[in-house]
Amino acid sequence: MTEHAASILIKGGRIIDPAQGRDEIGDLLVENGVILEIASSIPLPNAACLEIDAVGKIVSPGLIDLHCHVREPGFEYKETVASATAAAAAGGFTTICCMPNTNPVNDNQSVTEFILEKTASEGKVRILPIGAITKGQKGKELAEMGELVSAGCVAVSDDGLPVMNSQVMRQAMSYAKIFDIPVIDHCEDLNLTNNGVIFEGEVSTRLGLKGIPASSETVMVARDIALAELTGARVHLAHISTASSVHLIREAKRRGITVTAETCPHYFTLTDEAVGCYSANAKMKPPLAQELDQAEVRAGLADGTIDLIATDHAPHAADEKEQALDCSPFGIIGLETALPLSLALVEKGILSLPEVIQKLTSEPARILGKKIGHLGIGGIADITIIDPEAEWLVKEQDFKSLSKNSPFIGWTLKGRATAVIVGGKLIKN
Amino acid sequence: MGTVILNSHEILRVLTRIAHEILERNEGAKEIILVGIQTGGVHLAKRIAHFIGKIEGTTPPTGTLDITLYRDDLAARKEYPTLKKTDIPVDMNDKKVVLVDDVLFTGRTIRAAMDSLIDLGRPKEIQLAVLVDRGHRELPIRADYVGKNLPTAFHEKVEVLLEEVGEEDRVLLNRGQKN
Amino acid sequence: MELKRKDILSLSDLDREEIDLILQTADSFKEVSTREIKKVPALRGKTVINLFFEPSTRTRTSFELAGKRLSADVINISSTGSSTVKGESLLDTARNIEAMHSDFIIVRHASSGVPQFLAKSLQSAVINAGDGAHAHPSQGLLDLLTIKEAKGTLEGLKVVIVGDILHGRVAHSDIHGLLKYGADIHLVAPPTLIPIGIELWGVTVHYHLDEALHDADVVILLRLQLERQNTAYFPTLREYAKLYGLDRRRLSLAKEDALVMHPGPINRGVEVTSEVADGLSSVILKQVSNGIAVRMALLFLLSGGKND
Repeated sequence: MTEHAASILIKGGRIIDPAQGRDEIGDLLVENGVILEIASSIPLPNAACLEIDAVGKIVSPGLIDLHCHVREPGFEYKETVASATAAAAAGGFTTICCMPNTNPVNDNQSVTEFILEKTASEGKVRILPIGAITKGQKGKELAEMGELVSAGCVAVSDDGLPVMNSQVMRQAMSYAKIFDIPVIDHCEDLNLTNNGVIFEGEVSTRLGLKGIPASSETVMVARDIALAELTGARVHLAHISTASSVHLIREAKRRGITVTAETCPHYFTLTDEAVGCYSANAKMKPPLAQELDQAEVRAGLADGTIDLIATDHAPHAADEKEQALDCSPFGIIGLETALPLSLALVEKGILSLPEVIQKLTSEPARILGKKIGHLGIGGIADITIIDPEAEWLVKEQDFKSLSKNSPFIGWTLKGRATAVIVGGKLIKN
Repeated sequence: MGTVILNSHEILRVLTRIAHEILERNEGAKEIILVGIQTGGVHLAKRIAHFIGKIEGTTPPTGTLDITLYRDDLAARKEYPTLKKTDIPVDMNDKKVVLVDDVLFTGRTIRAAMDSLIDLGRPKEIQLAVLVDRGHRELPIRADYVGKNLPTAFHEKVEVLLEEVGEEDRVLLNRGQKN
Repeated sequence: MELKRKDILSLSDLDREEIDLILQTADSFKEVSTREIKKVPALRGKTVINLFFEPSTRTRTSFELAGKRLSADVINISSTGSSTVKGESLLDTARNIEAMHSDFIIVRHASSGVPQFLAKSLQSAVINAGDGAHAHPSQGLLDLLTIKEAKGTLEGLKVVIVGDILHGRVAHSDIHGLLKYGADIHLVAPPTLIPIGIELWGVTVHYHLDEALHDADVVILLRLQLERQNTAYFPTLREYAKLYGLDRRRLSLAKEDALVMHPGPINRGVEVTSEVADGLSSVILKQVSNGIAVRMALLFLLSGGKND
């Protein structure tokens, strides 16, 4: 479904490229899949060139989601490569990294290749697979990391589950240094979680739900920092949600430990009060925490403790979510709402507009070690055009994702991707 | 406001007469229990018992009966009447129960009261005393003792006010609009 | 005055006037259970379904009797395993039941929030008969009725609640109900059984029973789920009984006319000694009979608000 114009001229937009410190009004010309020129005014090179009017809009590097769940293979009723990439394109993402907790688990070459082949044939945007740290994500034996990397995996993670055994995690981190890939950990101490379902606090008490203490995350963040220090590996901490985790990461970075971190829009937008009257669409791991956590996550984004924003897009079918809250699965979708929720940080005075773009583009690219997420001349033309003023109502039926498990249904959000260009091709929704 | 049908003096006279009639028909007060229907009949039952006591020297036992749970229009009502106490302090078996109510109208309240009484025990006989019979019966029910027969239109309202609830004793006929 | 709601899910939803109405109505219903024919026709033709996903004898029997004494047809459906195990979703189960034209669904479930979930999706009136660690409103109401009967009022009483507050839906409902009447509530348990943040509700938390009992008007003991001792909430039953069991010496610290309450079934010698459980202060059996009256009142009042 791509438009096969050999060249695209984007006129009059505010071009923001955090990787190169660019923020100016101008034109951008794409030809043969790469960015050919950026200037204050570029004439239309030929009649076949597609012209996009971007006046009043932002021209950004294509957004990158370092953390999402595509569900294929194995859970195609929740999401597929086709539907996830459609959701990604609608949300402004040109690259998404999919976690390995599929069925079978992406712990070997054939699953990685399957995902990449599916992406080539059905994907609207790029998918970069993340391989499992341990075989079957069981936390015991290391997966064949070399095979995974050569097949196309860009990182390893057992996301959805922590690697509970610290010795196994230590070996994984050490071993990953061969390939210079990040080890992404889902920070959770399962013993402390103890079958909890929402954040432990007054809200969990009021609703009579088993709480997950903040320390379930913090304990593992501390462990991973210690192991990063021990191994010198590139350790990336997924979906950081609590104040004490942010404090630990801030201190670790100050000490020069090779640790990076992400958070998700729901953690800087919502608190555990969003669970309301047992709303399954406010149930995820880690759980929505309290105001002071939200404030510290925002502070961490502002001072760079938290490097980037990822979605942790986790689709689940309606009939899975529509049951007793403690039985419904963890996770919410996020690809189609992440951009406006992140842009809201600008209005709240927490980040500047270029900083928001940076946390959605050049920062994930830096952690992946990939030459994407920027608008350098001669670089791959992955571009997202954003209307920062567009207000829109989030409606269940409008999601491109196969699943609709979003706590933001019914919200009016501001800011939306109006066009997405992947490798020089305009993607149509 | 409405027209006064019975004033306090007339109410006194009527209740005294009913007391006499009850005694006459039952040949004394020995087997009698007076049971007032919540809420309008409760105080009247007590007054009649008091008059019987004055005449006979012994006051018959009184009880109260809430018929809410026996109404045939429960499901159709928008608002439930508040449930009141049912309290019949003596065994009714082989006794004559005189049900007492303020106004006899469609007869449905009395039907419910009789069902309720029969669930509570097996009285030898059930009789009915009312202060006002305003007609419009929907069931084959007739009072044994009537204070006053009062022809009314269906939509009119008969109001019985008593000292026990902080009013001057009187019965009013309200000819207001149908509501 | 009437109940302006379709369901009874938690005492925190009810305002004080509604609770007053329920207690007053329950008080009138107590008389029905003392009759020779313990039955009135108020709910004739109505169907009450006891949908119990968790084993229960007392509460289920109490609702069953309440329904039957009001002449409703009562059906018990017990599903001890979770319905999802059988491949049928909770909502499907409930819809199937409603297709049988039920008027009331009394639901108990090990998961908090299930009654709320069903109430949202079903026409029938839903009464929560205990959901997870969340609420048990009819138990809370019968406790209020029992206290009010003995003390004449609920206002300003010092009420001590002892035991597993963490999993204590009874405690939650008692607290919500009593707080509306301005009771002075003291919770006593090992810290491992005190839920986080509960002091924000306006209650006082103690770890030592003796200090809490001083001048208490009411002592509510909670049932200890014996299987919980395996999950390290406390070392042994023996130690728990020593620290938190109510015996005669401890009871003497409370007011002379203090009430001892327990939702049952009692673990004798653990939460309370037999001497105290069977003693003069104990109103444990009164709680059971008041339970039927309260549940009759709930059924009766809910059936009134449905017509519109």
